[in-house]
Amino acid sequence: MGPGVTGLLGPNGAGKSTLISMMGGFLPPSSGTVTLDGVPVWRNTEAYRSIGLVPETEAMYDMVTGWEFVLANAKLHGLSKPDDAARAAIEQVDMADAQDRDISGYSKGMKQRIKMATALVHDPTVLLLDEPFNGMDPRQRLHLMELLQSLAAQGRTVLFSSHILEEVEEIAGTIEVVVAGRHAASGDFRHIRKLMTERPHQYTIRSSDDRALAAAIIADGSADSVDVSSGALAVQASDFGRFVHALPRLARDREVRLLEVTPADESLESVFAYLVAR
Amino acid sequence: MNGTVMQLTARGLLGRRRAALLVILPLLSLGLAGLTRWASHADVHASSVLANSFAMGTLLPLMSLLVSTGVIGAEIDDGSIVYMLAKPLKRRVILFSKLIVALAAVLVFAVIPTMLTVLIAGDEGGRLMVAYGVSAALAAVAYTAIFVTLGVVTRNAVVFGLLYALLWETVLGGYVPGIRAVSARQWALSVGERMLGTDAGPWAVTSEVGMATGLIMLTLVTVGAVYLGVRKLQTLTLSSVE
Repeated sequence: MGPGVTGLLGPNGAGKSTLISMMGGFLPPSSGTVTLDGVPVWRNTEAYRSIGLVPETEAMYDMVTGWEFVLANAKLHGLSKPDDAARAAIEQVDMADAQDRDISGYSKGMKQRIKMATALVHDPTVLLLDEPFNGMDPRQRLHLMELLQSLAAQGRTVLFSSHILEEVEEIAGTIEVVVAGRHAASGDFRHIRKLMTERPHQYTIRSSDDRALAAAIIADGSADSVDVSSGALAVQASDFGRFVHALPRLARDREVRLLEVTPADESLESVFAYLVAR
Repeated sequence: MNGTVMQLTARGLLGRRRAALLVILPLLSLGLAGLTRWASHADVHASSVLANSFAMGTLLPLMSLLVSTGVIGAEIDDGSIVYMLAKPLKRRVILFSKLIVALAAVLVFAVIPTMLTVLIAGDEGGRLMVAYGVSAALAAVAYTAIFVTLGVVTRNAVVFGLLYALLWETVLGGYVPGIRAVSARQWALSVGERMLGTDAGPWAVTSEVGMATGLIMLTLVTVGAVYLGVRKLQTLTLSSVE
């Protein structure tokens, strides 16, 4: 990965956090290497000068104030002017007003922002963020997105993970899709969207006359396949937009009453699974 | 040693509810001391038995365990230790800094109360108090090193620690002669025994081992534990389960 924003996309349990842990030097790869500028990050504490890590865990030293915590992080980095760095980092995440309150009293979004501040305080060239938008309200999300984009524009390498395509789409130049521990797809958001929308959609339909409806759907041509073998109709349609518009019309014309129309596998997991199986 | 690590660790140790827990056992010990003094009319032997069995046998290891979970165990458990580890800091510096904070806390919340326990329950010119103070301090160093390292090495440090403190040292140690020789408490008491000279016997400060053996074992175990702790901290893996 190089400069710019890279989005790590995948359902929960896909291995996004595992990947980020490896990049952050907290998990050794079982094979292969994870390097930063050619140097392995495992057992390499010097690498942390260049890496800013925003972990998913909510837990932090919450018996201190936001200011004290960011300042401590600045000092742990051995910065020559820790106070200035802490002040700048807190400004960047818009937490100056709340900095003198104990972290234990912060909301989830505020804790996320303080986490960001600790990751930015040493001006790292690489930023690794594990599900950074979790718990953020729309305004905070927008603010963070703008921040990430400006950081990337400065030439930094920013990686963030999410299971929400829309989040990743908005700012990631490159998207890496991870499913069930495997690298499923890679590309810009247009490419990924195309992969995902081109997959055939499945519908389960129960009606007053399944076979008549099936015949009508086949004749119409908006579906790839119709299966009547189980108790209900199982329809597979690549051009689901066309199919969804055609279905009510076909049913009405044949005087078939639609009892139940259920889109199957709308979950992100199945979409991703499709990408892996492809 | 890193001052910021020590500060954060100290705040973490004393800033949570654990701080309240830290005073309960010492206060209990002092209470028992008062009771013992009243019941035995400040008999030095009785005072020593209390100090040996409760203060050194229960208070000291349990407080070391409590403190060690507070200086590193809890942070590893909830993952907040990532903020200390993802820094250009040598892991041994981090561990040493935490050990110092832990030792200071055990001194304040266990060793000094042990000395006060003896003072309250009965003493002769302060000699028993000093003997127990030195023994407790030596045992504190070993226990702290062991339990802090246990906290780094395993997620079940508290269980193992309790098994060790309550089962090994106290129960089994009372019945099985061989085990008694493999005990930080016995090693530490060997010094107290030597310090008291001829009074050691009558005052029930006896050890299964001689002072030389005791000091050597304490050193070996402490150094070994710290070494293991640093090694494990260097390869600590943190990955949140999705």
